[in-house]
Amino acid sequence: MFRFIARRLLEMIPVLFIISAATFFMVHAAPGGPFSREKKVSPEILKQLNAFYGLDKPLLQQYGNYIWKAVRHGDLGPSTKYANWSVNELIGASFPVSLELGCWALLVALILGLGAGIVASLRPNTASDYIPMSLAMAGICLPTFVLGPLLIGLFALGLHWYNALGWDFASDRVLPALTLGIFYAAYIARLTRGGMLEILNQDFIRTARAKGASPWRIVTKHALKGGLLPVVSFLGPAVAGLLTGSFVVETIFQVPGLGKFFVTSAFNRDYTMVMGTVIFYATLIISLNLVVDVVQVWLNPKLRFE
Amino acid sequence: MAEGITIQPESAPNAAQDQGASLWKDSWHRLKKNRMAVVGGIILILLFLACTVGLLLANLLGYSHESQNLILGSAAPSWQHWMGTDILGRDLFVRVLYGGRISLMVGICATAVSLIIGVLYGAVSGFLGGKVDSVMMRIVDIMYALPFTIFVILLMVVFGKKLILIFLAIGAVEWLTMARIVRGQVMSLKRQEFIEAAQALGLRKRRIILRHIIPNILGPVIVYATLTVPGVMLLESFISFLGLGVQAPATSWGVLIDEGAKAMEQFPWLLIFPAGALSLALFSLNFLGDGLRDALDVRASKD
Amino acid sequence: MPPLLQVENLHTSFHTRHGIVRAVHDVSFDLEKGETLGIVGESGSGKSVTCYSIMRLIPQPPGRIEKGRAMFGGVDLLSCSEEQLRKIRGKRISMIFQDPMTSLNPYLKVEDQLIEPLLIHEEISHAAAVKRGIEMLDAVGVPASAERIKQYPHQFSGGMRQRVMIAMALITKPDLLIADEPTTALDVTVQAQILDLIKKMQKELGMAVILISHDLGVVSGFCDRVNVMYAGRVVESGTMHDLFQRTKHPYTRALHKSRPVFQPKGTELYTIPGMPPDVSKQIVGCPFAPRCEFAVDYCTREPVLLKEVEPKHTTACLRVQKEGLKL
Repeated sequence: MFRFIARRLLEMIPVLFIISAATFFMVHAAPGGPFSREKKVSPEILKQLNAFYGLDKPLLQQYGNYIWKAVRHGDLGPSTKYANWSVNELIGASFPVSLELGCWALLVALILGLGAGIVASLRPNTASDYIPMSLAMAGICLPTFVLGPLLIGLFALGLHWYNALGWDFASDRVLPALTLGIFYAAYIARLTRGGMLEILNQDFIRTARAKGASPWRIVTKHALKGGLLPVVSFLGPAVAGLLTGSFVVETIFQVPGLGKFFVTSAFNRDYTMVMGTVIFYATLIISLNLVVDVVQVWLNPKLRFE
Repeated sequence: MAEGITIQPESAPNAAQDQGASLWKDSWHRLKKNRMAVVGGIILILLFLACTVGLLLANLLGYSHESQNLILGSAAPSWQHWMGTDILGRDLFVRVLYGGRISLMVGICATAVSLIIGVLYGAVSGFLGGKVDSVMMRIVDIMYALPFTIFVILLMVVFGKKLILIFLAIGAVEWLTMARIVRGQVMSLKRQEFIEAAQALGLRKRRIILRHIIPNILGPVIVYATLTVPGVMLLESFISFLGLGVQAPATSWGVLIDEGAKAMEQFPWLLIFPAGALSLALFSLNFLGDGLRDALDVRASKD
Repeated sequence: MPPLLQVENLHTSFHTRHGIVRAVHDVSFDLEKGETLGIVGESGSGKSVTCYSIMRLIPQPPGRIEKGRAMFGGVDLLSCSEEQLRKIRGKRISMIFQDPMTSLNPYLKVEDQLIEPLLIHEEISHAAAVKRGIEMLDAVGVPASAERIKQYPHQFSGGMRQRVMIAMALITKPDLLIADEPTTALDVTVQAQILDLIKKMQKELGMAVILISHDLGVVSGFCDRVNVMYAGRVVESGTMHDLFQRTKHPYTRALHKSRPVFQPKGTELYTIPGMPPDVSKQIVGCPFAPRCEFAVDYCTREPVLLKEVEPKHTTACLRVQKEGLKL
């Protein structure tokens, strides 16, 4: 097990290199540069700016410098858009917000999703299956940028329960977390139902019934472990997506999270910020996938010997 | 146990002959019995007709998605304009139809792109196996670790906001799962006895692939493609929401929703109708895809 | 004193898209304490469905127990509450299944599964239950039981898994063990061991056993009494000696004739001509008549009932009942 984890961690290194290189050359291939959008800057100032950020050097050398600084000092460079801010500081300031929102949304997704999925799987093709599953389908079909305004219209403008925007009070977490979490809840509900149904049709469930186990015991002790395997493998990318924030949700609710940088940095040709967000996201998702694999091995004893 | 006599389990007499045909026929039966899938399919056909034939009719009647009527401003729905008009006084109903045409086209074309890449990649990887397979799958793994939104945005930013690029950009990020599914299917098929039997009979590789592999992976591919279309449409609307989608005066559901969301408080119909249309399409596609999955999944047919 | 289990007029059917499959049609039998009953028949004859119906383990829907009673200890298993039934399942009636590969939960340690009946049905500490579990594994011949109880099912061979299943079924010392083709999925060399084990445990615990098999050979050395089933019906019932020496139903006779041991070397094996009937259609008369060499015209018309023609020996053959036909 230890060797497995160590090997996977080592494998991360080349993967991160490939990803960073691909991103680097792609952003630099984009027409325009970080300073082309602002008010006309004089050629001399532009030259100075480029020299300051090292943008006048050959591309390969720039990449080499970037990687060297990143590996040596963990320094992802200065943002070319936000003067006096480094990429590390920008991520450091916005990630905790995204993390908090993501955790709340994950909670929403797990409670609603697992609950609905398990209930639906117990009596397939009855009302207690159709109703939660139709709701789940609605959750998948409603884009967040529709759901968000709907929730604001209903709970903020209509019922005045929450603020429409902002991230200042504890109650400001509710609507963004719901908006972000409901899609994942819907997905988890469908995966849970599928996984549970598959397991509940297995012979060993019949064995458990023949032993006199109660329905509760059959679900919790015999079915959940295997039935949740599909959910677990979905959770890797899902958690990465939740924790790194969502551009749409952050824009709608004006949450100062990390998600907006994924979009704005590309628009602004903020080279270092694009690189920073991509590397951050990739590291997160690879690590989470590793966690998922470990959890899967723990859940599924057959894998332990392979 | 030497004297054990076994009563031979007898199979139904005609099972062998009509299995090939009845597999699809059975699936069709199961699909027809799934009410939600049937409703989804009908709604899709109606939507498709509305966005093609309906749009033509509207154009003939003098409604156009471009013609502005600034005096009207944002008018509420009326007999004249069923879904009202937008800020520039353009008829929203026609714009929803026009946007639907673009959105459906993006959905179908981008899915086709992802299908072609994914199926080829997955089939090659699965069929060759060994080192080639592990390298190809590592590449897929790496691509899974990329934040797609950034890449789609970069592609759009780099190459401009052309419709064809939206197909390619979305297709280029949506093929990964398809490749994995196809590879998995091919791998498991390769190990099945009837493929070995075909090889033992001396069939050519080409014939094995055409006659035995492809028909067997068709089910999962169809199902997954049906489920990719809504994902693609959602992604398109997201790109449009970012302002990177189709450019005015052309429009898509995503663009309309984006415009509607901005004017939600004063003119809610600008959001409600396009959002409703998109959600309806996604609903129908997902239900149809689900129905197809249940119908084509032979393992699940225990009725 | 009433018999341990009394099944009366059991009808079970499956409601499918292709129609109603009448898997079990009017089956009745008694089982005394400590008795061994064999149920023999080919695939689809309803022998397994009979037993699953008694335990209410058939998937519902599409399965449905249409009518009948199964009295066990003063309780009708077919109509009692789910809760009452759960107190009997695994405690007083246990079951082992055909395929030990799929009947054990691959996600749980053998220990958790083995002692589960104790934890469900008895007031017992976990440690004491584990101790009983290890004893039970010893009794069924699993070597190194104290270590193996900590392992997962996939670390066991097929025969060993079936031993675990038997240990699990018998750990609560039930009054009745239902064994659904317990040897079918196993190697021939292991089959005899498993049957011997069941026999040995039966002697120790004094329980009754219902052994379901498609294999007359398996049943012959094992059972006090045998029900032969065909198309969801019991067609002949009697002691093994009755069935072999004083056969009273043409189907049983045909089964006999098809035993390879009884045929001269080099001759073609005897097979019963034709196919079993489609039980999704109503059957009038004797279901075996179309394949029966003794059938006469009234066999396909008149209703057939199981009747005692000798003490404790019943047959559903009309010609034997009416004319005393010698087979």
